[in-house]
Amino acid sequence: MIGFLTLLEKEFLRFWKVAFQTVAAPVLTALLYLLIFGHVLDDHVQVHGVRYTSFLIPGLVMMQVLQNAFANSSSSLIQAKITGSIVFVLLPPIPYSAFFAAYVLAAVLRGMMVGLGVLLATVWFVDLKIVAPLWIMAFAMLGGGLFGALGMIAGIWSEKFDQLASFQNFLIMPLTMLSGVFYSIYTLPAFWQGVSHYNPVFYMIDGFRYGFFGVSDVAPETSLLVVVACFAVVSWGTLSLLKRGWKLRA
Amino acid sequence: MLPAVSIVDVVKRFGTLQALAGVSLDIGQGEFFGLLGPNGAGKTTLISSLAGLVRPDSGTIQVMGHDVIRDFREARRLLGVVPQELVFDPFFNVRETLRIQSGYFGIRKNDDWIDEILANLDLTGKADVNMRRLSGGMKRRVLVAQALVHKPPVIVLDEPTAGVDVELRQGLWQFIRRLNGEGHTIILTTHYLEEAEALCNRIALMKQGRVVALDTTANLMAAHPGASLEEVFVRTLQS
Ligand SMILES: Nc1ncnc2c1ncn2[C@@H]1O[C@H](COP(=O)(O)OP(=O)(O)OP(=O)(O)O)[C@@H](O)[C@H]1O
Ligand SMILES: [Mg+2]
Repeated sequence: MIGFLTLLEKEFLRFWKVAFQTVAAPVLTALLYLLIFGHVLDDHVQVHGVRYTSFLIPGLVMMQVLQNAFANSSSSLIQAKITGSIVFVLLPPIPYSAFFAAYVLAAVLRGMMVGLGVLLATVWFVDLKIVAPLWIMAFAMLGGGLFGALGMIAGIWSEKFDQLASFQNFLIMPLTMLSGVFYSIYTLPAFWQGVSHYNPVFYMIDGFRYGFFGVSDVAPETSLLVVVACFAVVSWGTLSLLKRGWKLRA
Repeated sequence: MLPAVSIVDVVKRFGTLQALAGVSLDIGQGEFFGLLGPNGAGKTTLISSLAGLVRPDSGTIQVMGHDVIRDFREARRLLGVVPQELVFDPFFNVRETLRIQSGYFGIRKNDDWIDEILANLDLTGKADVNMRRLSGGMKRRVLVAQALVHKPPVIVLDEPTAGVDVELRQGLWQFIRRLNGEGHTIILTTHYLEEAEALCNRIALMKQGRVVALDTTANLMAAHPGASLEEVFVRTLQS
C-alpha cells in the first residue's frame, strides 16, 4: 500500500511541479477553442436548444480531461524508459496492479485538474447549469481512467517519442475530435452518425454533457455502460501486459 | 544455511545472441562475491535476471529461497541493486529521490537511515540539490544510496566505482565492507581488478555467457603464484 501511495505521489508531483505546462497550457488551449468557435458560431447555431458556446464547453472540458490523462501516463512512462529511470519502479516489490492503479489515478487527477481549470476559465462566458453532477463526475473519472490506461499502453509500447506522437496523432486526436466535442452527431449525415456510434469517446462526451444540460444524443445509462465496458477491457489488457512484463522486462 | 543467491542453468538469448549460456552459481550469505569478465560477458544480464529486469528463457534464480519470478515481491524486497547505467529522475532532489525509493519498498519514515547513507557517501551537502545538478560521480553515489534505502540483505553493485573519484572509492568500500561485516551479502562487478582482489572472498569469471572460473580469491591466486589477479584473469580467459 505504501508502495502504491508513493508511486501515486511521485506521479502526481511529476506533473504538478511543472503545472504551468501540464495544467495551465491545456486550459489556455481550450479557452482559445472556445473564443474562436464560440465567437464564429454562437449567433448561428443552437444544439439541443442550448446556445453553441454553452454546448461547446462541456465537450472541451471532457476533451481536455481525456487528452491530458493520456498525455500524463504515456509521457511519464516513455520518459522513464528513455532515460532509464524506469528501473527505479521496476526493481521494487510493487505488484503490477498497484503499478497500474498509481499511473491511472495520477492520469485521472491531471485530467480532472485540467478539466476543472477549463470549466472555471470558461464558465464566465455563459451561464452553464449543472443538472446532474454525479453523471459529470462519473464520466470524467471513467473517461480519464480509460485514457490513462491507454496512455500506459502507448507509453510502454513506444520506443521513441515520435512513435508516441503518432499514437497520439492517429488515434487519440481523431477519436476525441470526431466524437461530438464540436457538434451534435445528429447534425451529421446518417453514415457518419452510424460511424460515431462506434467511437467510445462519443459516449463519454455525450454522457458528460448530459450532466450539464439533462439532454443528450443517447441515454446516459447506455453511455455509462459503454464507457464502463471499454474501461474494463482496456484495464484488463493493460494489466495482462504488465503482468507479462511486456516491453518493460526484457 | 540457505544460499543468498542460487542460480541454476540460466539461459538468456537476445535474438540469436546467447547472452547467458547456462549459468549455475550459488552465493552464500555474508559473502563478498566478485562477478568479473570482459565487456559483453553477460554480467549485467545475469544481474538483471536476478533483479527481475530480464526474464531468462530457462533456468531458475532464487534470492534467499524466493524465486525471482514466482515470488518476485519477496525476492525484490531482499535485493538492492545499483544499476550499471548512470540513470536518475530529473524531477527530484537527492533527499526526495531517496524518500521516494524508500516508499516504493514500503518504508515511510526513513530519514535517519537516509541521513546515515548520505553521510557515508559524502552526499550530506547535496541532499537538497536537484539530481540534474550533480556531477556524474555524485549521481553514481545517489544510485548506490538508492539501492540501500531498504537495508537489503543482498546488495548487488554493477560497476559502482566507474567514474567515482579516489577518495569516495575509499569511502564507498569502507561503507560496503561495514555492511558486509554486519551480514549483508555483497555481489560486485568491476573492471578494477585490484578492487576485486582486495575486497572479494570469492570470484566468478565469466566469458561469453558462461562461468569459466569459480573459486575463492585465494585459490585463484595460488594457482598462478606471483601473478596479480589481472594476470590470472588474462591467463584464464586465454586458456
Ligand atoms: N537488451 C538487450 N538486447 C540485446 N542484446 C543485449 C541486451 N542486453 C545485453 N545484450 C547483449 O548481451 C551480451 C551481454 O551483455 P551484458 O551487458 O550482460 O555484458 P557485461 O558483462 O555486463 O558487459 P560490461 O562489462 O560491458 O558491462 C552483450 O553481447 C550485449 O550486447
Ligand atoms: Mg555490464
